[in-house]
Formats: sequence, C-alpha cells, structure tokens
Amino acid sequence: MRKLRDSFSRDILDITAFKGDVTVLVERKAVLNVCNYLKDDPSFRMNYLVDVLAVDHMPRSPRFDVIYCLYSIPKKQRIRVKTMVAEGESAPSVTGIWLGADWPEREAYDMFGIVFEGHPDLSRIYLPDDWEGFPLRKDYPLRGYKDRYNPYGEEKE
Amino acid sequence: MIKDNNENDLLATKELTLHLGPQHPSSHGVLHLVIGLQGEMVTSCRPDIGYLHRGTEKIAENLLYHQFVPYTDRLDYMCSSSNNLAYVLAVEKLLDIEVPERAKYIRVIAAELSRIAGHLIGIGAWAVDLGAMSILLYAIREREMVLDIFEKLCGARMTHSYMRVGGVRYDFNNVCREACEELVRVLPARVDEYETILTGNRIWLERNKGVGHIPPELAISMGLSGPALRASGVNWDIRKDEPYLVYDRLAFDVALGENGDCFDRYMVRMVEIRQSLRMVEQCLAEMPDGPINVDIPEIVPPPKQDVYKNMENLIHHFKYVSQGFKVPEGEAYASIEAPKGELGVFIVSDGSERPYRLKIRAPSFMNLQTLGRVVNGLYLADVIAVLSSLDPVFGECDK
Repeated sequence: MRKLRDSFSRDILDITAFKGDVTVLVERKAVLNVCNYLKDDPSFRMNYLVDVLAVDHMPRSPRFDVIYCLYSIPKKQRIRVKTMVAEGESAPSVTGIWLGADWPEREAYDMFGIVFEGHPDLSRIYLPDDWEGFPLRKDYPLRGYKDRYNPYGEEKE
Repeated sequence: MIKDNNENDLLATKELTLHLGPQHPSSHGVLHLVIGLQGEMVTSCRPDIGYLHRGTEKIAENLLYHQFVPYTDRLDYMCSSSNNLAYVLAVEKLLDIEVPERAKYIRVIAAELSRIAGHLIGIGAWAVDLGAMSILLYAIREREMVLDIFEKLCGARMTHSYMRVGGVRYDFNNVCREACEELVRVLPARVDEYETILTGNRIWLERNKGVGHIPPELAISMGLSGPALRASGVNWDIRKDEPYLVYDRLAFDVALGENGDCFDRYMVRMVEIRQSLRMVEQCLAEMPDGPINVDIPEIVPPPKQDVYKNMENLIHHFKYVSQGFKVPEGEAYASIEAPKGELGVFIVSDGSERPYRLKIRAPSFMNLQTLGRVVNGLYLADVIAVLSSLDPVFGECDK
C-alpha cells in the first residue's frame, strides 16, 4: 500500500482498511492511472474487475461515490478504488482496462445517471431509453412518479 | 427487418435482424437477443435485458435488514439458500459477528444442496434447449429430492428464507440427515446416468464441443466467474481462495476445463455436483451439536414457541419484527461462490436499521455480457448452446 501511496501521492486522498477491505480514495482524473497501475504492477496484479457501483450521498457535495471493486486472481486480494463525482460530472470508464466493466457501468448510468467517459456504448440497461429520472438516486421516490401506468406513484413537483 | 448486404458481396444473402425472446423457450426467462444474421451466421448479438427489473436494490434501502432476506430468495430462485448466504454474510461482516459452528455446517450443507439443485436445472434446461428432453425430466426428478430436503429443513421448497443474520432459522434434524444421506447415496449413480446419455452422445458433442470458445484472458477480462470461468482453465474458486464458513476444513477438488468451450462448461458442472455431494457428506459427519444462532438477543428473535408463553419474549419478538436492529456505520463487501459464480453483496450502512445502499454483484449479469462477444461468427443454433452454457437466471440478472 505504501508503494501505491508513493506512486500517486498527489492523487490518492485516503487509504482505509475496514473489516479487512481496503478502499483507496482517489481523485477522479487519476482513476484510470491508478487502475492501470493496480492491474499491471507485479505486487498487485488486480486482473479481475468484480464490479462497478455508485452510491448517492445526497446532500453531500460531490454527491456520488463511484466504486471500482478489483480482485487479483493470482494474489487473492481485493481492493476498492473509490472516487467522488458531482452531479453533472462524468466518471472515467474502465472498459479499456477490463472489458467486463461494460454492463456494470451501464447499470450505474441507468440507475444514477452517472456518465462514464470513454464507455463504448453508454445506454440504459434495465429501463427503456425514454425513461425519465434515475431510480436509485435518493431523491427518486420508492414508488416512482405518477403517470397513466402508475396510479400509486408520487406526484411530480 | 431485411436490408441489402453491401459489406460482404461474397455472400449472396441479405442481412437479417432476428429478435429472439423475450418469451422464447430457450431465453431462460425474459432475455431478448437482437441478433444480426448473415444467412445462418451470427454477425452481431446484443442482449437486451430489463423486462423483469424489480428494483431489488431500491427495495432493500427501504427495508429493515432482516426483512430483506426473503427478497434475496427471489434473485437466483434456483438456489435461494446461496443468495441468503451472501446477504447474511455481508450484514454479519458489518456487525462483526461469527455464527456458531453448527450453523456454519448447516449453512454449507444448504449452500451445496442449492448448488446441486441449480446445476441440475441448468444442465437439464440446457439439454432441452438443444433438443434432449429426457435429461430435463431426470434432472427435475433428482432436483425434487433436494427440494424435499429443503422442505424437511425449513418448510419451503423454492424460496427458503432459511438463513438469518446470526445463524439459521431451524435446526438440522435427523429427518434431514437421513434425507441427505439418501441423496449422497443415490445421486452419484444418477449423475453417471446423465453422463451415459450426454457425455458420449454424438449430437451433444457436436453441439457443444468446440462451440463458444472463451480463452482464459478474455474470460477474466469480461468478469466471468463460477463454472464458466473455470471451464476456461482459470483456477479461481472463492471456496478455496477466500474460504468462508467451514470450506477450509472440507476436502474437495476444483473442477477445471481446458478449452473453455460449451462442453467444458458442462463437464465442470457435472464434476461440481459430485464435489458438492462430497462436501455434504463431510459436513454430515463433522457437524457438531450446539446452538444454531448467535447469543445476541437484538439480532436473533426468541424461539417462536416461547413467544406465546412469555411476556418478555413477546416484547422482544415484537421489537425485533417492528424495529429491527442497528448496524454500525461503514461499508463492507462479502461474496460467496454461488452456483453461477461470484455472488457479492456490498452494503453501505449509515448506522440505522436499514441499509443506506445495497449493491448485489450478480454472477448471471456479469456472465451474460460475454454472450455478445462469443457468438460472433457462430451459427444461430450455437447461440442457444452458448447461452445455456452460461446458465443465466433472470431473477438475478435483471434484479
């Protein structure tokens, strides 16, 4: 971990270990460099992308966390790379590093509206293309908004 | 939709876009494939999911921790105990509790029985997709034995809700033990029967061998996990590499393939059924007596029969059901080797009784994205074989 911190001293904001899980908080612009480093460096070899997910921390600013869960099959270690993204900002796509980031990034876009820069085909994955709003955001009502298909939804302001 | 083919004039055919599913018998639920065809040859394949989307993660944010267990049942409904396990392990990780020894063994038995049930239906459905009806009937017959054990264990056959944070709901009794012993005795010969019918079958070999080859580098990069990854020769099994519960005490082999084709994915599952039986057998032999829940009253409700007799227990039960329990602030990720691959649950807790954010890393979801990449250049009929070999379940994929 010291090696990682030394290599990216300016970009790494924090490294925490909680319940055995290591989380590296990095600057948004440094995510790709850190991920590339973690994948290629012989002491990490994080060759497997487990998941990409987002967390809405409304009303915090920046509002979202985007978390890249990595795993090293040869070293049997896990690391989470976390970055903070404000509303309207984009997060870097790691599809160029791990092809498997394709769908989870689309899922995060669909549910939270986070745009992943560099994603080859960023489109909604669960919801129809013309769906309004992002359901997993904290300000999206549990029952959705009222329309002709959803009489029990909340009224839109 | 038919359009003129300008790209490749060698083929005297028109390119066709075929919509397969979402109600096609071989679409494993509600998968919609948009397939580009050049004659019988697949030129593109785009899986379109979302027909089932139930908003499981949003629901989780609005439920008490213990109320979410029945929802996990409905993810991969072929093996609901595995889903229960991934979820309760994540909550227990945040709570920093360890379940009693007996509960660990019971959980492993439930998880392995789930794997057997899941693989049986996976192989059976696969065979029927490729035209071999009888295997599905056999697999259902054997799966019934497993479901009978679950019925004896917790009263439910499909959606068990058997595990709870801090342990399991009911004790493992002698009736279950006998049923498990019967299964361990009977099933290997039945699996041999399947192999007699399928493994050497000319049609089965032609349809699966060399079809849908996924090299190990691609498999890792695409985020494949479980039997689909191991069929490509990547030796990664969470039960071995990051053992949870009592897997580090059990002797079992990790099944590996060599070619990463559909046939290897079939063989890996066959071997895994046998290995699961081996593990169940060992757990039956080694399971100690003792409590099946942690001794923390806030997390575990009192036994139901005591609720009717004792006022304190009634209050305790009421508080548990209506208010739940608080989970310390923090973030944790726990994953298990589910029948389809790595099933992980990531929880962000704000210290309240409800998860602030709950993310399910579903293996079917990650595995299915490989399909579009693998089937290019294959025949249309091979798409079905590759799809079945990835064994997606849409409750989980479309969570």
